[in-house]
Amino acid sequence: MSVVTVQLGQCGNQVGHELFDAVCGDAQDGQRKTYSSVSCERFFRPNTRGDPVARAVLIDMETKVINQSITKAAKSGRWRYGDKSSFSQKQGSGNNWANGYCVHGPRHREVVEDLVRREVEHCDRLAGLVAVMSVAGGTGSGVGTYVTQCLRDVFPKSFILNHLTWPYGTGEVIVQNYNSVLTLAHLYQLSDGILVHENDTVHRICSHLLKIKNISFSDINRVIAHQLGSVLQPALTADSHGLYSRNPLGELVSALACHPEYKLLSVSTIPQMPTSSIAYSTFSWPGLLKHLRQMLISNSKMEEGIDWQVRPPTGSEPTRGLTGSNFNTSLANLLILRGKDVYSAETGGFVDPALYTSWLLPEEAFTLWKSPVPFNRYEKAATLVSNSQALLRPLDDMVRKAWNMFASRAYLHQYAKFGISEEDFLVSFTCLEQVISSYRELS
Amino acid sequence: MTQSVVVQVGQCGNQVGCRFWDLALREHAHVNKKGIYDEALSSFFRNVDSRKSSGRACDVGGRIQHLKARAVLVDMEEGVVNEILQGPLREVFDSTQLLTDVSGSGNNWAVGHMTYGSAYRDQIVDKLRKTAEQCDCLQCFFLIHSMGGGTGSGLGTRVLSLLEEEFPEVCRIVTSVYPSVEDDVVTSPYNSVLAMRELTEHADCVLPVENQSLVDIMNKIRHMSHCGKAGSMINRDSAIISGQGGLNRAEKPFDAMNNIVANLLLNITSSARFEGSLNMDLNEIAMNLVPFPRLHYLVPSLTPLYTLSDFSIPTRRLDQMFSDAFSKDHQLIQADPKHSLYLACALMVRGHVQVSDLRRNIERLKPSLPFVSWNQEGWKTGLCSVPPVGHSHSLLALANNTCVKPTFMELKKRFTRLYRKKAHLHHYLHVDGMEKSCFTEALASLTSLIEEYHDLDCTKGKLSPDVPRLTITR
Ligand SMILES: Nc1nc2c(ncn2[C@@H]2O[C@H](COP(=O)(O)OP(=O)(O)OP(=O)(O)O)[C@@H](O)[C@H]2O)c(=O)[nH]1
Ligand SMILES: Nc1nc2c(ncn2[C@@H]2O[C@H](COP(=O)(O)OP(=O)(O)OP(=O)(O)O)[C@@H](O)[C@H]2O)c(=O)[nH]1
Ligand SMILES: [Mg+2]
Ligand SMILES: [Mg+2]
Repeated sequence: MSVVTVQLGQCGNQVGHELFDAVCGDAQDGQRKTYSSVSCERFFRPNTRGDPVARAVLIDMETKVINQSITKAAKSGRWRYGDKSSFSQKQGSGNNWANGYCVHGPRHREVVEDLVRREVEHCDRLAGLVAVMSVAGGTGSGVGTYVTQCLRDVFPKSFILNHLTWPYGTGEVIVQNYNSVLTLAHLYQLSDGILVHENDTVHRICSHLLKIKNISFSDINRVIAHQLGSVLQPALTADSHGLYSRNPLGELVSALACHPEYKLLSVSTIPQMPTSSIAYSTFSWPGLLKHLRQMLISNSKMEEGIDWQVRPPTGSEPTRGLTGSNFNTSLANLLILRGKDVYSAETGGFVDPALYTSWLLPEEAFTLWKSPVPFNRYEKAATLVSNSQALLRPLDDMVRKAWNMFASRAYLHQYAKFGISEEDFLVSFTCLEQVISSYRELS
Repeated sequence: MTQSVVVQVGQCGNQVGCRFWDLALREHAHVNKKGIYDEALSSFFRNVDSRKSSGRACDVGGRIQHLKARAVLVDMEEGVVNEILQGPLREVFDSTQLLTDVSGSGNNWAVGHMTYGSAYRDQIVDKLRKTAEQCDCLQCFFLIHSMGGGTGSGLGTRVLSLLEEEFPEVCRIVTSVYPSVEDDVVTSPYNSVLAMRELTEHADCVLPVENQSLVDIMNKIRHMSHCGKAGSMINRDSAIISGQGGLNRAEKPFDAMNNIVANLLLNITSSARFEGSLNMDLNEIAMNLVPFPRLHYLVPSLTPLYTLSDFSIPTRRLDQMFSDAFSKDHQLIQADPKHSLYLACALMVRGHVQVSDLRRNIERLKPSLPFVSWNQEGWKTGLCSVPPVGHSHSLLALANNTCVKPTFMELKKRFTRLYRKKAHLHHYLHVDGMEKSCFTEALASLTSLIEEYHDLDCTKGKLSPDVPRLTITR
C-alpha cells in the first residue's frame, strides 16, 4: 500500500524532501529485498525509465523553495519528484493564515485536488495521505489547513495524517501563535492524527546529541526525517503475521488516536548521534528501552539530561503530587524497534498501567512494531510515538501568548483584511482550550 | 517571482533612486555572471530587445539585452532628471517613465500636493499603470521622497494615495528622508508634518531616514578608513557609503549618504530576489511588524558599515554585527531603540549565516531589549544566502519601536514654532485646495500618533500579568 505526501509551504517542502531522501537512502542501503520493495512501493513509483518518483505533491504560493527541492532531488541521482507534481504561485501568503486559508486555498482548490487525485491514481492501493507543513507561516498553515479540508471531502475514507512543525518559541514569525492557533483548531476537526515536531526540541538534538556547530534547517530536517522515517518505514505488527504491515497510517491512527479529543502525537527516537560515532558504538535493547521509557515519563525528547527522579505514581504512594507534577501521563504509545535482535527485546516496561490514564487498559494503550532491518545505519533503534501530555506545555504556551496578543487586539486588522474576524479567533481559542483541558485531565 | 516598482519623487527621491539603481545593477552583475536574465533580475528590471522597434520585453531565461528599471521618475523641475538622462544610468530609463515640469514646488507642500497633484494626476496614474502592466505579479511599490521640500513631500504623498486608490492590493513601502534640525529649507517643518499625515494614513510601512544620521555614519566610516592599521584596512567596496564598482564615476555631494539608503533598499528586497533557507517576502514585513495600522514606522539600521580586508575572527565579528544593529549610532534616524520599547523587530540577514547564529544572538540580546508585554517574542527573521557586494554577511534590522517618538515630537515643536507666528502660511493658503484645516488636521494626526506611541511607552517595564484565559465548562 502507498502513502501520498502533500508538501505545503517552505517548511513542508523542505522537510518533505528530507523525508524522501531518508527513506530512499534507508531502503537502498543493504540487501533486504522485501523491506526495500515494501518501502519503495509505499513512498515511490517508478517512472518510464524505472527511476523512483516520490509519491508527493508539492504546493507553495511562491516558486523558490519548490524549485530548490525538485532540483536537489534530481541531483541526488537516487530519486526524483514527478514532472507534473508541483503547483506554485508567484507570491507567498505573507505569513498570514487568513490569506492562505481564505484566498489562496479556495482560489487553487481545483488544481491542487487534481494533482493529489492524479498521484492517488498512481497507487495500486492507497494507505492514506500525509500533509507536511509548518503552523507558523501563511501557506503551510493556511493553505495547508484548507487543503486538508478538501482532502477530507475528496477522500472521506482515507486516513489523513498531518505532520506539523511547531515554531521556535522565539520565532521567525511574529504572528506565529495566531497562525498556530488557527491551524490547530481547524485541523483538530479534520485530521486523523497530528504528528508534531517542535523546532526548539529538534534544534537541541542537533546541538547536544549530533554535536552540530552551525545548525541549518537541513540539519534539523534530517533529524525530523529520521524520526518520521523510522515511524513510516515497513515494520511487522501484531496482526501482520510475520509480513510487513500494509497500512502504516491506518495502524498508526488506530494505535494512537483513539479518541477525537486526543490527536496530538509526539515522537522520540533513541539513539541519535553523529554519523561518525555510530560505527564505534554498541547498544543493548535493555539499555535503550530503559532510557526511552524514562524519556517518556519525564517528558524529555533527548536521552541527554533525562530526569531520573520522575517516577510513575504508584497506588500505594500517598504523595502522588510530588512525583506526579513532572510525570507525563500517556493515553497511548506506539513503540517501534528496528535492528539487530529485535525479537529478544523486552518491552514490558511500557505496558505498566501506571504510565497510562486510568480509563484505558494498558494492553489497549500500548502497541509494538518491530523490524529486524537496521534503520538508517543504526544497528538498533527505538522510536516512540506517544499520545500523551508531552505537547501540553508547548500548546498551552502557544495559546497563552496568542491570547495575550489577542487581548491587545494587535495584528487583528491583518486577518480581518482577508475575512477572519475576532469571532473566528474566539472559536479557535475555545476549541484549543478544550483540547488543553482534556489533556490536563489525563493525569 | 514577484516584481516591485520604484516611484521616485522630487530631487531627493530621484537622487536616492539613482544610487539604488546603480548599486542594484552592481549587485546583480556580481551575482549573475552568465549574463542571463534571471528571476532575481526580473524583480526590478525588464529585459528589452532594442532591435525590435516595439521594445518588447523578453522572458526570463534569455540573454540580457537591455535592462530597464521598473521605475517611475517624477520631479517638478528638470535639473535632476536631466542629469540622470545625461549620466551613466540613462540607458536604464525610457522617456515614457519620466514626468517633469520646469519650476519645482518651491519647497511648498501645497504646490506639490494640490497644484501639481491635480494637474498631473492622470499622467501619473497612466505611467503607474503602464509600469504595473509590465509586471506579471506586482507585489510592492517603493516610494522614495524627502519630507522637507515641496515636490517629494507634497506630490510624493499625493502619489501615495493614488497608489492606494489604483492598486489597493499592492504593498506600499515608503522611504522618507527627514530633514535634519539645521535643514536649509525654512518651511521643512510644515512640509514634513503635512506629509506625515498622508504617510500615517496611506502607507503600509514607512522607513524613516534622517539626514543627520546619514552624515554621522558617513563621517564614522571616513574616519575609520583614514586611521586604518594593516590588517584592519577597510575593504573599499564594502563600505555602505561606497559606490565603487557601479557605473557612476563622478561623486556628487549627496551620493555617499544616498548609497546608505540604496543599501537599505537592496537589503530589504534581497530575500524577495534571491534564495535562502528562510525566505522573507515583502508582504511579510507589514504582516509581522505592524500590529496596529497607523503605527507602521520602522526604524532601519544597517550593519556592518564596512568589512575589513582581513577576514579572520568571523564568529566574533558576526556577533558584533548583531550587537551593532541595536546601538544608537547604527540607526538611520536619531534614535535609541534599546532605551525605548519594541513593538516588533525584524532581522534580515544576508550571506553565510545559519539559524543557529540567529538563535544565539537573539537569545544573547533579548534580555537587554524591552519588548511590549504582548509581544515578548516579537522577532521576525529572514535568511538570504546571497551577501551584498564586498561582504561575507550583513544585517538589516527593522524596528517598530517607540524611539521614533522624539523625532516626531521635534518635528511637531518646529512646526508649532512657525505656525504660532503664522510664518509663511500665506504661501500655502494661496494654493487652490489648501485650507487652514489641512494644517490643523495634520497637526492633530501627528499629535495623536505621538500619543499612541506614548501610551505604549508607558507600559514599558510594567509587569503585565497574563490575561485570564477562557474557561471550559464541562
Ligand atoms: N524544521 C523546519 N522548520 C522550518 C523550515 N522552514 C521553515 N520552518 C519553520 O516554518 C515556520 C515558517 O513557515 P514557512 O513554512 O516558512 O511558511 P510558508 O508555509 O511558506 O508560508 P508563507 O511563506 O507565509 O507563505 C517557522 O516556524 C520556521 O521555523 C525547515 O526547513 N525546517
Ligand atoms: N539624503 C538626501 N537628502 C536630500 C537629497 N536632496 C535633497 N535632500 C534633502 O531633501 C530636502 C529638500 O527636498 P528636495 O527633495 O530637494 O525637494 P523637492 O522634493 O525636489 O521639492 P522642490 O524642490 O520644493 O520642488 C532637504 O531636507 C534636503 O536636505 C539627497 O540627494 N539625499
Ligand atoms: Mg513561504
Ligand atoms: Mg526640487
